[in-house]
Amino acid sequence: MSNEIAILGAGMHPWGKWGHNFVQYGVAAAREALADAGVPWQDVKFVSGGATMRCGYPGYVAGATIAQALGWQGAEVNTSYAACASGSQALAAARNKILAGECDVALVVGADTTPKGFLAPAGGYRPEDPDWVRFYLGITNPTYFALYARRRMDVYGDTLEDFAAVKVKNSLVGSKNPRARYRKCFTAEDVAASAMVADPLRLMDICATSDGGAALIVSSLEYARKLGKGDAPRISAISTVTPTYASSVVEMPDIATDSAAADGVEAQAYRASLPVKAYEEAGIGPEDISLAEVYDLSTALELDWIEDLQLAPRGEAAALLRAGDTALGGKIPVNVSGGLACFGEAVPAQALAQVCELTWQLRGQAGDRQVEGAKVGITANQGLFGHGSSVIVTR
Amino acid sequence: MSGPGSNDKPLAPAIDGWHTMSAKPCLIGTQCDQCGSYFFPKQTHYCKNPECESTDFTEVELSRTGHIWSYTNAGYKPPAPFVAADPFEPFAIAAVQLEKEQMVVLGQVVQGVSVEDLKVGMPVELVLEPLHETDEDIKMTWKWKPTPL
Repeated sequence: MSNEIAILGAGMHPWGKWGHNFVQYGVAAAREALADAGVPWQDVKFVSGGATMRCGYPGYVAGATIAQALGWQGAEVNTSYAACASGSQALAAARNKILAGECDVALVVGADTTPKGFLAPAGGYRPEDPDWVRFYLGITNPTYFALYARRRMDVYGDTLEDFAAVKVKNSLVGSKNPRARYRKCFTAEDVAASAMVADPLRLMDICATSDGGAALIVSSLEYARKLGKGDAPRISAISTVTPTYASSVVEMPDIATDSAAADGVEAQAYRASLPVKAYEEAGIGPEDISLAEVYDLSTALELDWIEDLQLAPRGEAAALLRAGDTALGGKIPVNVSGGLACFGEAVPAQALAQVCELTWQLRGQAGDRQVEGAKVGITANQGLFGHGSSVIVTR
Repeated sequence: MSGPGSNDKPLAPAIDGWHTMSAKPCLIGTQCDQCGSYFFPKQTHYCKNPECESTDFTEVELSRTGHIWSYTNAGYKPPAPFVAADPFEPFAIAAVQLEKEQMVVLGQVVQGVSVEDLKVGMPVELVLEPLHETDEDIKMTWKWKPTPL
């Protein structure tokens, strides 16, 4: 298809709580991706970074900051911020540049250094900021994840054991991923013994925040062919659509949903709309997917995403999980990287880390966590203020 | 710090203009004069319905009863600007569907009600309770309270 670009290289700095400057992670990831691609840094003509909001001014201009750290060589730079979808928007900027014929090969990079504990809003008395208001009223990120989880329990009959099974599944594959932060194989008993954070979600149902960095080297298909990499995995779709009014599920950081009271307005579910555009753009359907990397901010949210990606009918993701279909070796493996459960969230790097995993999987380089015969992978993530993304990688 | 309500300090809304302070309190929202969409918090400058270009809104009191869409609790002390009692007391939180407005509004659940007492679909009503206390007054906010069937 004409709108595709090639993924020549992927690289990651291992996730953890290292406490170093985010630039260090970004540089390590970029260098690994360049080496993986066999592309000299001097040949990269566009550097597209995902911004971090917690590392001062260098984080706001992350694309330029990391380009400078790698050594100024005259490339054009871009920095994108879109909460958890920052990496995908940075990737979309690189794709646009390549498809417009303005550059052959680009570096896309995101890295973060995160503080401990709950993510908190900016200070002051600011009732005009919904993010400030919800924290003032005692509503944290896990509150939203827990509302979705409880609804699954009361409406679909999901159980605490189902949620724990997601953690057990992801920690088993994550234990085989050298880039993951948490590599212990947790049991259902471990999950049940962890502290209740936001009922029904326990500490081990909720993802941590991590330091990490991820990078991709992407190029035109022509450039890839010239390098002898015409069969490299390709980005076939990038969806970063907004919700459609009236968005009917209360999303971070809002205190209320849209109202669907006006004539002709229908309640719309946002997460489900993200992959629709991705499938359309790639010209494929959910039946073509070999594996999925989804944003398991909580264990229960992985089940929501499986349904949003249309990999299971609404309310039936837990049945898929119980049958082992979403595990490595199952019909439709989900989060074989270990997911956020094993990585923790490094916001500007996370959407790119998902694409790195799909790249290695589609090349058959994922070692002990390889999905056999993987041809098509899809990612999904979502952050604050209607930012989300879904990327499809094919080979 | 003494517990809220344990003295004669005046009551004040935690956030000005978001709810009435009456015995049967209501959230204060707005309704678009053109398309009829409701907004909470108040929307007064531009309508968020993509089919509507209205800039005219009327302040309205929202339904003070609804049904639980989902619920949870805060097992750990939220970060600032939340002001926690010492020791921290966990509290329940509900997302409540308002039928007429066709929207869901979050809020704490009244003290003394825990997640074990709640269920999706349960009817609730809006009441006011202290959120925290300052040197000058007791800051009140809206909370959801299960109503007898």
